[in-house]
Amino acid sequence: MSLTNSLRPGGRNGLARKESRDPIGYAVAALNVVAQSDLIDRLGLRKKTEQAVFTSTRGGFSVVTKAGRTFAKRGAQKPGVRVPSAGASGVFDLTPTEDEQMLVDVVGEFATEVVRPAATEADEACEAPVALLKSSLEIGLPILGVPEKLGGISEERSAVAGALVAEALARGDMGLAVATLAPGAVATAISLWGTDAQQATYLPAFTGDDVPAAALALSEPTALFDVLQPGATAVRRGDRYVLNGVKAGVPRGGDAELFVVGASLEGKPVLFLVEAGTAGVRVEADPSMGVRAATLSKLHLTDVEVPADAVLGETDGSTYVECVRLSRLAWCALAVGTAQAVLDYVTPYVKEREAFGEPIAHRQSVAFMVANIAIELQAMRLVTYKAASRAAQGKDFAREVALARNLCASKGMQIGLDGVQLLGGHGFVKEHPVERWYRDLRALGVMEGGVLV
Amino acid sequence: MINLETPKKHRALVDQAHQVAMNMLRPISRKYDRAEHSYPKELDMLAAMIDGLSESGAAEGAGATGVRRDEQKDDGGVRNGSNLASVMSIAEMCWGDTGLLLSMPRQGLGNSAIASVANEEQLERFKGTWAAMAITEPGVGSDSANITTTARLDGDHYVINGEKIYVTSGDRADSVVVWATLDKSLGRAAIKSFVVEKGTPGMRVERLEHKLGIRASDTAVIIFEDCRVPAENLLGSPEVDVKQGFAGAMATFDNTRPLVAAMAVGCARASLDLTRDLLAQAGVEVDHDRPAHLQSAAAAKFLQLEADWEGAQLLTMQAAWMADNRKPNSLEASMAKAKAGRVGSDITLSCVELCGTLGYSESELLEKWARDSKILDIFEGTQQIQQLIVARRILGLSSAQLK
Repeated sequence: MSLTNSLRPGGRNGLARKESRDPIGYAVAALNVVAQSDLIDRLGLRKKTEQAVFTSTRGGFSVVTKAGRTFAKRGAQKPGVRVPSAGASGVFDLTPTEDEQMLVDVVGEFATEVVRPAATEADEACEAPVALLKSSLEIGLPILGVPEKLGGISEERSAVAGALVAEALARGDMGLAVATLAPGAVATAISLWGTDAQQATYLPAFTGDDVPAAALALSEPTALFDVLQPGATAVRRGDRYVLNGVKAGVPRGGDAELFVVGASLEGKPVLFLVEAGTAGVRVEADPSMGVRAATLSKLHLTDVEVPADAVLGETDGSTYVECVRLSRLAWCALAVGTAQAVLDYVTPYVKEREAFGEPIAHRQSVAFMVANIAIELQAMRLVTYKAASRAAQGKDFAREVALARNLCASKGMQIGLDGVQLLGGHGFVKEHPVERWYRDLRALGVMEGGVLV
Repeated sequence: MINLETPKKHRALVDQAHQVAMNMLRPISRKYDRAEHSYPKELDMLAAMIDGLSESGAAEGAGATGVRRDEQKDDGGVRNGSNLASVMSIAEMCWGDTGLLLSMPRQGLGNSAIASVANEEQLERFKGTWAAMAITEPGVGSDSANITTTARLDGDHYVINGEKIYVTSGDRADSVVVWATLDKSLGRAAIKSFVVEKGTPGMRVERLEHKLGIRASDTAVIIFEDCRVPAENLLGSPEVDVKQGFAGAMATFDNTRPLVAAMAVGCARASLDLTRDLLAQAGVEVDHDRPAHLQSAAAAKFLQLEADWEGAQLLTMQAAWMADNRKPNSLEASMAKAKAGRVGSDITLSCVELCGTLGYSESELLEKWARDSKILDIFEGTQQIQQLIVARRILGLSSAQLK
């Protein structure tokens, strides 16, 4: 980076564009550049530890994507296998089915025994441990939404099971939950909307032993991003589409072998299957405030050519909108899990922590914060479950998922804030996990894509 | 199987309640808001119709007495019973008019209290009565364990002395369920409830309050002076069980709080439904798929209100569902009331704000709903009492530890 470039006014370092530098500002900035130079290091003027900042993940990788495997084309151009909607139940009921409960128990144990202990380090490293990812495959996370006929475990629409699993995982850690759920989002999308050929080409990889990392890429790095009008474009050229644009918030970008990418085609939002090895695909690390264990990345698409049959689902926008809704639903379930983690953590803390000679829990101002966390959390959970059950039953769930997202974004963030506040200074330091949950819960209302139920 | 839709078996009931609310309550809503203290005679016919529906079983057990935890056969299946039917139909009626719902003959909170704690003999004897509820006193509100009204056993009668305020339908009802202490020195365990029938010597209605909202519903001050009540009108057990403490009397609240939460849910939905329409007329359509920040501020606000409302409604249904399925629901009942009470106020007040002078004016009902909703965050336990209950339950603290 040249000196002049780094001093260009506005737009960088969190400066709005109208900011300008006066002469003193230039002098200070120049000093800063000197301070960053290697020279003082060679002179031994800086503590070695400061260099730790420039680790590979934090400083950012920017690579042509992993060559990845080649997915051999199979199957026919006809509709794929679909699982039926869950039977409509006429009974108001908050009890999961036996199968769902078993799944939740298994995933819950995994979250407690494996995910939570790995969370701090994964957050630091911006990477999920390989062993953890591997064991997440063993419990069948990626094939939850894949039809039984195609080697998965889904006999009917599994949005409720998906939500319960996401919640249970995020109670362990949201970042690792996203990392482990990301391939399943792609497998579920292909199961829901793929043609016979797309299912035959891609799903065997997910149901086999060597499950590829994969990611659903819908967000983009622009303020006021409207997910329904992606800036990324797809243009028909002969029997191919050419994709251009930048996607953001893409989990596990570095090792993903397959992406489902949202792009505008003739004014309509459409999903495209893009293999990581395709020319013009580049991934850049984009470490964010939270959900860091998911290795959030930007996906650059420059004149990426994909075949005509790379379109996933309809081109009229209907598949895309459903995808957005199901993805938001998954994020809501993640928020419920993380908010539950906050409640679980602050409850014993405020009973043990003493001030003025008694536990702080004995004070209403503290106790009422805990009460409100519990109340809003349960409201978030019920609204999310309602949206999930409607999705599973094949009912319109646009309204319910919108309300769930709204509630989970605002109340989830409040719970994150209150979690830190209840621990006071202890909440602000990394000795306790609440600061991570605070960062993770801000993902709600921000993230689109990445996960899906 | 997780499913949070209106139960199939209650759909007809809910539709019916909606039609009644729309066609009977709304047309007289403003009339009785203005004519405070005049008896809404239209309700007599409606009450008779509701009695008929209850007799025929078409009401699914809904109503003030729907909260009784009777010993029905347990087939191991998930039940959608009278508690759920009650909260859903009450919400619909309050979508019509909360004040009028509270004035509905034979549907008083006293009826819920009787249904909650009466023995079978009492249940039969008080069948058909319209019972009001008298707990609060001039010096005692949320700390209901501190009530000063006394009941002294004298032969086969209890002699009641004291002053009760804020008795909903206290003048119109046939009887009043009164909380009184058998022995103040024994604390909350000595508090019992008594059914005092109208016309009993020594009981008189002192005056009716003028109120902010629910003006169709009378709120009475009742004085008891050496009022002699038959001993068999004491609800539940006359024993003072210090170990069991307050639980008996307080159990009523586990049943009535979801009902009040349902009132807030119904009243708030009235505001949302009308505001959605008025916003549409003003050119604002709420889009559930587009991010809220890309819509108008009014639409974004509306989305937030609707989301809060959905949470309140489902918490209310959860509490009732648990009662139907015989699960302890004190925590969930208080959660529902806390959430519904506060969002009821936020929603109705925000809707007035969104609609400007149209919302503020008496030409629409929005301002009325914003007045009616406030009481729902106060009676049957204020917002703060609900938070206290939830906090104690979540934190596992006693009332001595968390005051």
